[in-house]
Amino acid sequence: MVAVLKHELALYYHSLSGYVFGAFLLAFTGIGALIYNINASVANFEYVLSFIQVVFIIIVPILTMRIIADEKRQRTDQLLYSLPISTSDIVVGKFMALLIVFLIPMVLICVYPLIFSVYGDVYLPTSYGSIFAFVFLGLALISIGMFISSLTESQGMAAGICVVVMLLNYFCVQIGNTIPNETVQKIFRQISLFERFTLFYNGVFDLTAIVYYISVIAFFLFLCVQSLEKRRYKG
Amino acid sequence: MITVEHLSKRYGDVLAVDDLSFKIEDGHIYGFLGPNGAGKSTTLNIITGCLAATSGEIKIDGHDIYEEEKEAKKLIGYLPEIPPLYVDQTPREYLKFVAEAKGVKKADIETEIDRVLEETHITEMQNRLIKHLSKGYRQRVGISQALIGNPSVIILDEPTVGLDPMQIIEIRSLIAELGKKHTVILSSHILSEIQAICEKVLIIYKGRLVAFDDIESLGKTMASGNEIDIISSGNPDQTIEVLEKLSSVESYNQNQSADGFSSFRLTVKSGDVYETCKVIFMTFAANNIPLVKLNPIQTTLEDIFIELTSSEKEEGINEEIESIEEADENIMPEQEAR
Repeated sequence: MVAVLKHELALYYHSLSGYVFGAFLLAFTGIGALIYNINASVANFEYVLSFIQVVFIIIVPILTMRIIADEKRQRTDQLLYSLPISTSDIVVGKFMALLIVFLIPMVLICVYPLIFSVYGDVYLPTSYGSIFAFVFLGLALISIGMFISSLTESQGMAAGICVVVMLLNYFCVQIGNTIPNETVQKIFRQISLFERFTLFYNGVFDLTAIVYYISVIAFFLFLCVQSLEKRRYKG
Repeated sequence: MITVEHLSKRYGDVLAVDDLSFKIEDGHIYGFLGPNGAGKSTTLNIITGCLAATSGEIKIDGHDIYEEEKEAKKLIGYLPEIPPLYVDQTPREYLKFVAEAKGVKKADIETEIDRVLEETHITEMQNRLIKHLSKGYRQRVGISQALIGNPSVIILDEPTVGLDPMQIIEIRSLIAELGKKHTVILSSHILSEIQAICEKVLIIYKGRLVAFDDIESLGKTMASGNEIDIISSGNPDQTIEVLEKLSSVESYNQNQSADGFSSFRLTVKSGDVYETCKVIFMTFAANNIPLVKLNPIQTTLEDIFIELTSSEKEEGINEEIESIEEADENIMPEQEAR
């Protein structure tokens, strides 16, 4: 697993995708901080996070599109299958690499509230509570992106499908509201990963949401393992 | 070393591998031979754990490839048909990943990489990006990957496909070198390649094993009759006169030849063909007709291959004819009844 993790990290920083992901995330955070914290003089950093969550729709596909699809295209998946490592080692190793690529810009983002607290009265628990949930939201979306990448050989196709899935998830509640049935609307609200984040930036630390994010991660990593195993069976 | 028992692989309705059983012993170079689409790559992929079998059992040194996956895979180095290379990395980075994944001890990784780089003669290429290397060098990087961790079996799936003649010679000599230290299984549809490097050969056709033996003994068992080509410097009549005197010659056919020479293909009685050659030589000499060519025809792997696969084809056709005849017989009584 460690070998796969190190290898993936090297690949991400060999190519531009690791940097592009980080740059996008940091650029949007900068713009958000400029709008909310500096121009509007609001001390709550969580509003910045609520503003930048939309960027996941673009950066998650950028990050995850090649992770498995490219292995299939280059036929390097055969190498992975022939090495003495299990399929779950491969999937978890790859996910851990994505986690690190995601956490590097997040560590820099963690500095923002501290800087603002020097100049004003920032309520740090809600800021860091939101950042914590934001990380899990991101990881849940990344696990979905990774599963989509395992379904195809083409990076472009993986990215395209991933953008659509991210958009559907982002507008899940609005889509649900078009159906005049309260149960359906409720289900759509429950499914939406983004909707569950609203509580956090409104100042509530919702543990069930964190559990939900972790369940989504585990579920999609499991599907990813199954998808790779299926390829081994079908050839 | 490798035991394959009743291995089958089905893709939907197509049976790619059909009840294959064989045993690979230590310390030989095995040729895995078959026409395109015979099921060679499928079988090798299953042996190396890249593909799951529909049924059957594979054991590498007693370890089942599915149940004791890690132990079994550590004993095998595999180069698939398309070398699985990360083209944006250098050979050294790539081999480092493979070494870590194969569980080579951290302290030994660098020396292990140096060893395989040297063995495959790519030390000077180790820091270039793989995408900038030629096909021959890429193939070597692929082989070096298989050698990491010093596995006892090296499996190479069509390692010379797409290489230029010079590269083919180099890779072949590399494989011959590897055969001294490892058990090597080499798949190919190029007969001369197998004949040049391998000691034992498995011939597979339509997913079934049609032959498994030493190349030499295969040749002996397959020889359909002893034939000798001769060219004598006498005219055809003189030559025939001498041939008639030879009791060991059963029949002869005249071939085209240059002026002043006559060329014949002789079928001789079974027995030691070289002894027969001596007798033929001495008889022509006694008759004052110098022989300019005396060549016992050896069965090549190509002959064996064509014979085996064509007999399989014939069997298939016969089965079809039989089934058609049976179907006809079933229809006939009905028609008669009407």
